Amino acid sequence: MTRITSDEIRHLALLCRIAMSDDEVDVMREQMSNILDNIDVLNRVDTGEVEPTGHSVDLVSVMREDEARDSVEIEEMLANAPNRDGDFIRVKAVLE
Amino acid sequence: MDASTPVGLTVHEARSLLDSREVSSEELTRAALDRIGHLEERVRAFVTVTPELAISQAREADRRIAAGDSAPLTGVPMQLKDNMATRGVATTCSSRMLEGFVPPYDATVTRRLYDQAAVLVGKGNLDEFAMGSSTENSAFFPTRNPWDLDRVPGGSSGGPAAAVAASECLYSLGSDTGGSIRQPASLCGVVGLKPTYGLVSRYGLVAFASSLDQIGPITKDVADCALVLNAIAGHDPKDSTSLSVNPPNYTESLGKDLRGLRIGVPTEYFVDGMDPEVERSTRASIALLERLGAEVEETSLPHTSYALAVYYILAPSECSANLARYDGVKYGFSDQDADSMWDALERTRAQGFGPEVKRRVMLGTYALSAGYYDAFYLKAQQVRTIIRKEFQTAFERFDAIVSATSPTTAFRLGEKTADPVQMYLSDVLTLPANIAGIPGISVPSGLSKDGLPIGFQILTAALGEQTMFRIAHAFEQASDWNGQTPQL
Repeated sequence: MTRITSDEIRHLALLCRIAMSDDEVDVMREQMSNILDNIDVLNRVDTGEVEPTGHSVDLVSVMREDEARDSVEIEEMLANAPNRDGDFIRVKAVLE
Repeated sequence: MDASTPVGLTVHEARSLLDSREVSSEELTRAALDRIGHLEERVRAFVTVTPELAISQAREADRRIAAGDSAPLTGVPMQLKDNMATRGVATTCSSRMLEGFVPPYDATVTRRLYDQAAVLVGKGNLDEFAMGSSTENSAFFPTRNPWDLDRVPGGSSGGPAAAVAASECLYSLGSDTGGSIRQPASLCGVVGLKPTYGLVSRYGLVAFASSLDQIGPITKDVADCALVLNAIAGHDPKDSTSLSVNPPNYTESLGKDLRGLRIGVPTEYFVDGMDPEVERSTRASIALLERLGAEVEETSLPHTSYALAVYYILAPSECSANLARYDGVKYGFSDQDADSMWDALERTRAQGFGPEVKRRVMLGTYALSAGYYDAFYLKAQQVRTIIRKEFQTAFERFDAIVSATSPTTAFRLGEKTADPVQMYLSDVLTLPANIAGIPGISVPSGLSKDGLPIGFQILTAALGEQTMFRIAHAFEQASDWNGQTPQL
């Protein structure tokens, strides 16, 4: 049943940028293995040369004129910033 | 209707009382707020209640009505699922990640309802980021089913369905990625419609799975559903997946008979594990359509059983990309105690997201990662093509396809939380419509012996909403449901 290893779960968690305890890794490994077992039924479908569908409507890129428009006020936009410094957002050091 | 409160009215009943000045929007709104105050302790359908905004909007609506300038939804108290942006009103997605987030803009659906001078009484609870089928994944609290408070309302739009069933508002908007409007509507005994993909703008809907998400009405009856869809449907330049169509007036599809309509009953939709009472009700509903003059025929949609697997690859994949934006930098929850940017990011997402959201982000990342992309994501997209074509072929023969909405009635709180796969099976009858992009509606069809609502699902071809309303309305008028409401 455990078709995913704990190391794979830890690697995925890193890709997802979600910190995970060893206990959480164990639970995730079991639940994801179970879900993936249920997804395996798709291998019974012969898809041969079938085109993939990304969207249910046939979409093309939607373009508009490049024109200046009013946008949200700076104050209203920055009101949700967790750590603000004037009109800037403060973040932790990117380079150590 | 529930005659004990004016909030028990339907939208169309309230409209005539408002326009004849027998009741004012402010009176109706205060009645809704009173009822919310009285019931919320038990039902918990609202994340946020907005009394001050509602009263000021009601007064504005009363001025419009006095000036003879009312639209169908003017002055009518409503709720919005809390994943739709409301400027100045918190929009949380029932997630710690967005707790306290106040959007600087309105979703297009919010704007369109406000343009009619609708009245917002609050925001509806949901499974975190709309991921779930019971509203138990809300980071704040579960919502309860007004028909039995020990049971779930369904999900993810459990707050909207419960609020409408409990007459805490006259209607609500839900969102439906795999059944999140129709399944809770079924479990709560109300009407819920997922429109054709692209018919209603997604601008300002917090993205979960962008190729599947669609906003739609949750209402007390089919006529209200048509009125609300009229208000929100139509092209929006702010949503690049919005269809370039001029929607018709859907109320013109009401009050017609079903003669000449061909209706298909796919055998695969009577799934293993279906509650016998749900099956009996569904067969009785099909017989009713036949008595109303429709030509009913059994049919087969052989790839139905693969829809669940397709969904649980595509939806998590899209979700893993959409939820990458929650980084604790620009808005939302942020762990400020970390030493570095990477550390802050991982700790923010670990604390901000609940278990189901993490599971889906992880699953989606897995399906999209190198070495697995072809086996999972591409394969699912190919099977999506097959399922979509299967529906297209069926709709060459049939005007509609009907089934139960949910294989079971409302289950008990906690009954399915331990096993994600069991929970996912709640949506087995609804998610094929999202995969194909076609519309679906759930209409109440009866009560089980335990007094729990059962819903009947009608699917049509893309942009077949007029046919859908014609069938749903005729069915509703002829069924013995009669707008029953829970005793609270």
